[in-house]
This record gives sequence, C-alpha cells and structure tokens, in this order.
Amino acid sequence: MKNRVGIVGVGQTHHKSKNTDCKGQELISIAVKRALESADLTMADIDAIVIGNMDHFESINYVDMWSVDGSGGYMKPIMKVTTGGTTGSAVGHAGFYHVASGLFDTVLAIGWEQNSESDTTAAISTCFDPITEREFCGGAIGPLAAQYTAYMSKYGATEEDAALVSVRDHNNAALYNPYAHLRQTITVEEVMKSPYISYPMKFLDICPRSDGACAVIFAGEDKAKKTVERPAWILGVGDCHILVHLADGIGLANLPSLERAAREAYEMAGITDPFRQFDVAELYVPASTAGVTWMEALGLCEEGGGPRLIRSGVTNMVGELPINPSGGVLATNPIGATGLLRIGEAALQVMGKAEEKQVEGARVAVATGFGGCFWSDVTVLSSSTQLD
Amino acid sequence: MAVSSEELGNTGTLKYPSRIRLPYTWHAGKAGSRFYQEIKDHCKIWGTKCPRCGWVYVPPRETCPRCFLDIDEWVEVGDAGTLLTYTITRYSVPGIQPHEPPYALGIIKLDGAGSGLVHLLGEIEPEDIRVGMRVQAVFREVREGNYLDIKYFKPLRS
Repeated sequence: MKNRVGIVGVGQTHHKSKNTDCKGQELISIAVKRALESADLTMADIDAIVIGNMDHFESINYVDMWSVDGSGGYMKPIMKVTTGGTTGSAVGHAGFYHVASGLFDTVLAIGWEQNSESDTTAAISTCFDPITEREFCGGAIGPLAAQYTAYMSKYGATEEDAALVSVRDHNNAALYNPYAHLRQTITVEEVMKSPYISYPMKFLDICPRSDGACAVIFAGEDKAKKTVERPAWILGVGDCHILVHLADGIGLANLPSLERAAREAYEMAGITDPFRQFDVAELYVPASTAGVTWMEALGLCEEGGGPRLIRSGVTNMVGELPINPSGGVLATNPIGATGLLRIGEAALQVMGKAEEKQVEGARVAVATGFGGCFWSDVTVLSSSTQLD
Repeated sequence: MAVSSEELGNTGTLKYPSRIRLPYTWHAGKAGSRFYQEIKDHCKIWGTKCPRCGWVYVPPRETCPRCFLDIDEWVEVGDAGTLLTYTITRYSVPGIQPHEPPYALGIIKLDGAGSGLVHLLGEIEPEDIRVGMRVQAVFREVREGNYLDIKYFKPLRS
C-alpha cells in the first residue's frame, strides 16, 4: 500500500429491534458523533465519506446524498458502497483504500440499517437471481441451513455444536456489550428446545435483525499518530466474491471465498500461524452453524476441526482465542453496519478501548464479513504497524 | 398517505406506513431462454460446458465465470442426480416462496453437471431425506418455460 492506515475513532448506536426514536439520518448522526468524539476530531477533519446499507431495506436509493443530514457529508466527496451482507466490511475496506491511496488523509466510514422499516427476509430475496433461485432461497436462512446439513454429514458435527456457539455469542453480548441488541443469557438446552426455522437451524441459532449504525474513522500514518496514542493499524485486507448461483460451487460444507480472502489478508499482514498470532477475533457469524464451520477457512483449525475447537472452549472469553467478545452478529445485526461493527470492535480491542468486553493484552485481531451468495471479507488489525 | 397519529413510536415519534408496488419484467437471456425452452418442450435439462475448464453449468451460462471464456458447447445432463444437501423450510415469507411452508429444499447435482441445482424435494417425508440419496426430476404436465416447470425432485428407487 502507498500509505499506512490506522483506525482512530469508532462509534455506534445502542442497537435495538426497532428504533422508533429515530429516522435513518438520526441513527447515522449518533454513530458519527460518537466516532468523532472518541477520536477528539470534528467534521472539519474529515476529507471524504464512505457510506453503505442495503438499499431495499429502506427503499432509499441515493443514500449517499439522503444521509448528508446525519453523515456530515455536506460539500464533501461521498461514495456509497453496498455489497449485501458484506456492506459494512466493504465500507470499511473502501475507507481504508481511500486513505491507503494517499488521496485522502482522514476518511469516515459509515454502515447503517433500519431493518424494522421493511420485511427483511423478502428484501434479502431480491439478492438472488430473479429467473432461477429467488423464490427458493427465501432470505439468508435456507442457504446457511443447507450448508450445515452438508457439514454435519461430512464431518460429524452436531446441532449441539452450533448451540455452543449461540450460547457463547449471546452470553458475551449479555455480559459485556451495552450496545448489543439482544442481551439475554441463554443455555444449550434453550437453543436445542427452540423451534426449527429451517432444519437443522433453530430459532436461537439465527441472528436477529436490528436498527443501528456504526462509524469508523480511518487516518493516514501521521494523522493517526497525532490523533490517538494507539491507533488500530490495518495490516491486511482481503475481499473475495464468488459465483452467483447458490449451488454453483460455493463450497457446500466449507467457505472457499473466506479461505481466499483470509489468505490474501494474511499474506499482506504477515500472518503465518493465525490461531497463535491472533489475540481476538470478531467474526461475521450470521448463524451459530457458521461459527462451527468457517473457522477452518480462517486457518484456525484443520478441515472439519470446528466442532473440536468449539467444544474445547478456547474461543470463549477466558479461552486462548476469544471469538466475538461483543456478542457478534447473533446478538446485533443492523445489516449495513454489521460488517463495519466487526472491524470497529476488533479495532477497539487492539486500541485497548473495548471496556467491559476487552480481551486483556489484545494486540492483533481479525475481523470478517460475509454476504449473500457466500462471499467474504477479512481484515487484520494490530496495535503495532507491523507484526513481531 | 397521511402520517397516522395512532402509530406512535416509543418516545412519541410518528410512523409513516407505506408500500411500494413496482412491476418488473426480467429477461431470461440467451442461455436461460434455451434452458427453459428445452424443459418446456422436451422435459430435457441442458447445460453449457466451458472449453477450457470443462465445467458444466446448470443453469447454463454463455460465459464461464471461472475462466471468463465464451461457451459454445451445449450438453444434455441427466434428469436424475445426487442430493448434496437439504433443509426443511419452516418460516414463511409471503409473496416470495414457491409453496406454503413447511417444504423441503435440496441442492441436487444432476448427472453430468458440474455443480448443484437448488430445487424442491417431493414424494418423501422430511425424516427420510438423506445427503447422498439419488433423486429424479418430476416435470409439470403443463409447462410455461420457468424454473417451476420442474415440479420437484423425487427419490429414485433402484
């Protein structure tokens, strides 16, 4: 990259099922003000804005301009990025690209969604090809469920393994994250007893939809060092799209797009032993089942090793590699913000500003994004400009 | 439509209920049109085969997305195949789904195809569905040239 880039500010709303207090611009405004405040910056410091949501959730198709009331983008360059489930992580990466290019010094990345304004599942269906699979995919749940059926059949994973992920993430949100949407502790028994939505997935295995926004400020090296004592340096990014049809070689039991994106991000960052080098992970886990199956794509375990890792407890808060201290997507899912929240939460960890959810001594973190037809984003962050 | 004063938010903010009705006509394209025409007229399923990687695409594509090469070769694939995975859909999305839930959805790798096809499973109880089982397409009697000309896939009994 041309310029080294660090995250200097992170802000988010208190996420809810329905935020009837605010309209979209007001949600955005809360996150932006909190991000600026966290970095002790003002809107005058911001050179450009990247913003994203999923258009059809609110049916506003010029969000870049519409959001100006809340984003502060008056008379500034604004780019809208919308890539389905990865919108938030793509917004983050686009913010990074802006600064890394050397053309902009300080860039504000915003992800937001007011899911309660529409029928989320029907709206997600518009992501699928209209003359073939659309009617069959019915939102994000069916494809993820079918993937776990294949994984269980291939590797002997169980529904209880997925329930363990659900318990981990829900309980982290309940205990450590005041911004999370769902904040109730649950048990494996409760997950197992919750009704099937799409076999083998049950009600408590699946993410909610939330109203909320997240804002993250990216700065070039000099600006970052002047702004905060300990920025979260972006050491590597990887983005990988795959094929349009759900059944078209997406990797039925595995996630090849995540494997590729991780390889690219790790190469850029110098990650060679991810399980040992990462201190914390904020993974886009939209269903508990994905929390079992996708760790191997990130190189955190061997092929089919997800259940072993989950059962051993090493990904819990007290384990060797805590995953989703924030509670992740299973607790909070304002879709256009969800991927950016992963980057923001990972940044807070390496900046030492994660408060109740802080993993002690966290220096290197990984964040992921996941979208629609099984595509992936990966971000590697560190408190140092390079790895030891 | 006026803002409804009855629709109060949790701090007294108003809501504005509305609905957008937008008609669309989607084009099936060259490859898609031939695919559906063959199903409609002959109950045959055809794919296209990449000249470089040899992948057989069903539904057919005019360009191999892996190699980014134009594809000219059409190949007929079987109407039977292997079930790669499945789910039982129990949630309702009004106006979108092919049937009222519950229904079984499978990913079926047709014999000769490079990858699977998402479709309904029929003539089988959910508890009897197994990954790896053999299934066969059941076509509608009256076909219109669309994805649901294949009614569902049923178990193939040997």
